[in-house]
Amino acid sequence: MLARRNPQLNAHGELIHLLSIEGLPRAVLTQILDTAGTFLSVNDRDVKKVPLLRGKSVFNLFFENSTRTRTTFEIAAKRLSADVINLDIAKSSASKGESLLDTIANLSAMHADMFVVRHSESGAPYLIARHCAPHVHVVNAGDGRHAHPTQGLLDMYTIRHYKKSFNELTVAVVGDIVHSRVARSDIHALTTLGVPEIRAVGPKTLVPGDLRDMGVRVCHDMREGVKDADVVIMLRLQNERMSGAMLPSAGEYFKSFGLTEDILALAKPDVIVMHPGPINRGVEIDSRVADGSHSVILPQVTFGIAVRMAVMSILAGNDA
Amino acid sequence: MTNLSLDAEQLYAELRAGVGRLLTPDTVLVGIWSGGAWLAQRLNADLKTGHPVGTISSTLHRDDFGARGLGATEAATELPFEIDGARILLVDDVIASGRTIRAVVNELFDYGRPASVELAVLVDRGGRELPVAPVFAAAKLTLPAHQRLSLAREADGRFTFAVKETT
Repeated sequence: MLARRNPQLNAHGELIHLLSIEGLPRAVLTQILDTAGTFLSVNDRDVKKVPLLRGKSVFNLFFENSTRTRTTFEIAAKRLSADVINLDIAKSSASKGESLLDTIANLSAMHADMFVVRHSESGAPYLIARHCAPHVHVVNAGDGRHAHPTQGLLDMYTIRHYKKSFNELTVAVVGDIVHSRVARSDIHALTTLGVPEIRAVGPKTLVPGDLRDMGVRVCHDMREGVKDADVVIMLRLQNERMSGAMLPSAGEYFKSFGLTEDILALAKPDVIVMHPGPINRGVEIDSRVADGSHSVILPQVTFGIAVRMAVMSILAGNDA
Repeated sequence: MTNLSLDAEQLYAELRAGVGRLLTPDTVLVGIWSGGAWLAQRLNADLKTGHPVGTISSTLHRDDFGARGLGATEAATELPFEIDGARILLVDDVIASGRTIRAVVNELFDYGRPASVELAVLVDRGGRELPVAPVFAAAKLTLPAHQRLSLAREADGRFTFAVKETT
């Protein structure tokens, strides 16, 4: 029988592209988190730069806007001494009608070594990974509703940093699960790393019941969802959901699923509150919680750079 | 053929004596991960330097990163003292090509500008590819290129040498 290999791994099981957390073995996730720990200390040095990617060209291909994610990838690549080229594709070739693969072929001819791809279509990074030269690595920086693996990994790094291990935790993911690539990546990572209780919390229109098939506990009641949680991951409520028929209003949503101090008091006393940002104060999270002592939202951003450095340096050291 | 009945403990005693002569009151010991770090920790205790001991890893500055990848990641640099103006004595188990030392010196300079950097090793096995020389080596020997010599630490803290055939 011909085994179908995970396109993210080479024949030795080493990571050559990061496209999705789904299907990655625990050892690979752990390797990334351990490596990120090494890079975190680079921020404390006089010289905040190490030469691992010296002479390599990293192309940030953002077909969809995201200043924050692009910036953290750019900082991570620069701290590894790579040359970084930012392409705001939304404004260039694609609007002139060039196909995705033609864009990639052109950039490859400019000797790219790594593509960091953000795209509104699920699967676009897979397509690129399949068609690029063998020495080129692809990192998915968010594709459609599918996956946002570096966000998932930085969330895991944050959890491990504060909670030390995964195997006795209750983690609640709250909000628009159905449209969230962050939620999907988090749930796959939490499952792979052995978190015993994962809860998906939100209204019926935004939290599909079939999540139960993934071993997730579905809660349509905020109090039930947050009760005794060790970790609460809030998701951003995208404004465009409000205009559709999915939600009545931001105020109504906040009343039912907003994270307030009263609700948070139901969780464990040492609960941490996470959010991938940008946060909508007063829509999914109260300012007193976002700025409060349980919030680790800003450390997440710092850890995100170390995690992206880890991913890029691991990829660059592995051959297809 | 090389006689590999190297007594690591006896060599350690010679290293301890050699390093003892090199120490000044403001010398700090920095061990190169992993074998050198064990040596530096034990030297620091035995010689009562009165300073904390540092550990340094070559991982982030290696020149063979493209071929080897990141490998083990438990290696982390920890320098619990000011590097600017420090007198540093690097300690390693084995020196060969000198490439690890080159990487480690770069790593050190990411943290500041030391006043001086010297190197003491347990074994100098020759085969230098860079202009790097230890100020003290407890033993000098020649090994075939396919043999890899590295220090091991037993459960009771005693040192032994491990020889591995590389392919």
